[in-house]
Order: sequence, then C-alpha cells, then structure tokens
Amino acid sequence: MRPPRPWRSAQRRTPCFRALRGPGFEAGQFNMLGIPGIGEVPISLSGDPADPARLLHTIRAVGPVSTALTRLACGERVALRGPFGTGWPLLEAAGKDVIAVAGGLGLAPLRPALHALRAARARLGRVIVLYGARSPQEILFRRELESWQRGVDFEVEITVDHALGDWHGHVGVVTRLIERAKLDPARALALTCGPEVMMRFAIAALRHAGLGEEQIFLSMERNMQCAVGLCGHCQFGPLLLCRDGPVLRLDRLGGLIGRKEI
Amino acid sequence: MEIEGLERIVREHPFFAGLEEGAGRLLVGCARNARFEAGQYLFHEGDAADELYLLRQGRVGLGITAPGRGALTFQTLGSGEVVGLSWLLPPYRWSYDAKALELTRAISLDAKCLRQKCDADHDLGYELMKRFMPVLVARLHATRLQMLDVYGTHG
Repeated sequence: MRPPRPWRSAQRRTPCFRALRGPGFEAGQFNMLGIPGIGEVPISLSGDPADPARLLHTIRAVGPVSTALTRLACGERVALRGPFGTGWPLLEAAGKDVIAVAGGLGLAPLRPALHALRAARARLGRVIVLYGARSPQEILFRRELESWQRGVDFEVEITVDHALGDWHGHVGVVTRLIERAKLDPARALALTCGPEVMMRFAIAALRHAGLGEEQIFLSMERNMQCAVGLCGHCQFGPLLLCRDGPVLRLDRLGGLIGRKEI
Repeated sequence: MEIEGLERIVREHPFFAGLEEGAGRLLVGCARNARFEAGQYLFHEGDAADELYLLRQGRVGLGITAPGRGALTFQTLGSGEVVGLSWLLPPYRWSYDAKALELTRAISLDAKCLRQKCDADHDLGYELMKRFMPVLVARLHATRLQMLDVYGTHG
C-alpha cells in the first residue's frame, strides 16, 4: 500500500483533471482522490499507461468530493492514494478480436486499455470500440473517438440515446451495436464498462453473440473506501471490489451481477 | 428473371435467413426494390402503414417532430434491419417519421399484400410472426433501457 501523499494539480480541463506526475499504473486501475476536510473518492485512471508521468482522471461532479475536485484551480492540492485494483486483461488479448463496450462515463476506465491496445495493434485481430452516451453533447473524448473512427486501428461506433436532427450518427442503445458487430465468438475478448444496468444488457448481447463468461470482463463499481480490502464497504458477495476488482472476469462474479440484496 | 433476382435478394436478407423456398416465392409477390437518397423520407408520422422496408444498404433515422424542439431522433437502423412494424396491427398508421440518413437501398414489401397472404396462409403468417416478434421484443427492451436514462446522474 502506498501512503497517502499530496499531489499538485497541473491543469484542469472539464471533465478532466491532471496531476503533474505519478507512479505507473495498469489500465483499469483507480486512485483514491481526496480533498482535505471533505473526503475521498475512487476515480479511475483514464490516461495512457505508457505515459505514467501524467495522471488523468475524468470526474463528474455528483457528490461533495467530486464536485470539489472539478472546482479545483491550477496549483491547488489534492490527496492521492493509488493506484489500486485489478487491470484489464491486455496480455490475454494477444491474437484475439477485442470488443470494448462502454457507456457514459464508463469510457474513462476503458480509455487506458484502448491506448494500450492501440500500441499493441499489430498483435491483435479486430479491435471494436462501441460507445453509448446520453446525447451527442455528452460524448466523452469525442475528438479522440472521431480520430480513431477515421483511422484504421479500431472499428469505432458511437451511439446516443437521444438526438436532435443535427446528429448523423447512430441513435439507440449501445447493446444494439453488439449485434451489428458480427463477432467471431471463437476469438473474441470483451471488455465492458458503464452503468451496471447497461453492462447487464451488454453481457446478454455478448452471450447471445456466442461469448462465454470466461471471455467477458467488466469493471464493477461499489462504495470503495479503504481501497485495500480492509474495511469491507465494497463487498460484493465473496469479493471485495477494491482489491479483487474493479476489473473482473464475468465467471468470477458467479451470477451475482443483477442479483438484489447481496 | 427479374422476379428470380428479387426472390434471391429477399431470401438473402438476414431477416429472412433460412426461409423456406415456398414462403420466399409467396413473399416476393409483395416485394420490390426501393432506393432513397439521403434526406428523403420513407414515410411520415400519421401516413398509412402500407409498406415496410428491409434495409440492404444505408441508414434510416426514426424520429418525431416536437413543437419548439425540431426533429428528435430516437433510433437509427441499418443494413439487415427492418423499418416499420405498425403495418402489423390496426389502424395501420405510422407513429413516427422515417428518413434516410444516407443513400439507402431496401426491399419494400407491400403491407396490404402481405397481410392478405398471411390471412390466406396461416403457416406463412406464423413464420412471419416468429420473425417479427423478436424484433419487437428487442426494440421494447432497448426502449426500456433508453427510458431508464442509465447515463444520467442519479441520486
């Protein structure tokens, strides 16, 4: 466990926050970010793991800590512990088709994996990125996604739940894009991150496409507090998600996803 | 010759995958090729639902125009998918607009012709129902997910 230590924010760009430097991290891991006197929250790393000197966090203001984090000015201090948790199974992706299914803010924890996959592109089959957002205005990393769409490394499809007439992309739920991706289940590896309801629908669509539980990885979120598997706040059945997750292979969840009152 | 070509196109469409030859011959009598330029409407809200479309190429947006908000798109459909389910049930009216977002090629099926053939041949009707029901259910599930607004900030 790394001790808490302060970091100085270098710049703040809505919705991202950068720190000057940090330890290396695995794609999929998270840091605990805190504001003294307010509290601490788990926030996924969303930068390129090949550039560990710069930490990138994508933050939505929903509670007191995240709101305070998004209001930081350049030069203000935050507390940071991490990185914590498990990463995406990038070594397992070699030679396979990778399908990344992200919804809403769930693109942020997947983004480091996408950068790593891009760096390892020659060793992979198809890399399909499916992203769903609420509206065109709420698409994260839009310029980057659009540049990937124009490139040859990834097959990128973006869909929104609702749009006005000036949007010419897909409209509908992200899970419908899975049906259209025409996966070869024998060589597919799926990574999914987003609201849990969305992931449940994504899992159903991936299973329908022929993928087994051992081919599906997801990033789970619960009330992570200590981040080192001691306090038990993030318990999910037999798992402590801060330590055993957030990235888990579906078969490790043992059918718990979607079950009430675990 | 032209009918043979159309029958092949109909039977090769994913929606009719595995369709028996006899059923394919019955359906082709109601079918024709259709083409829509980008921006052209397939149909408008309130129109009689007298045709349905099996998309072969391109993309179609389904939407509703709301006063003060303009055209709101709630779904887009692409190659291999079906546009139009309102022809199945009275009053056979479209409840939304369908607009080609890019050059779109489709198989157009005459809904009245199809309904008559299904009434006359219940095996064909059941076969079609088995193909349309999963589309309806999948769209219902997708609509529920959209209504849940899962990407919003809750609580």
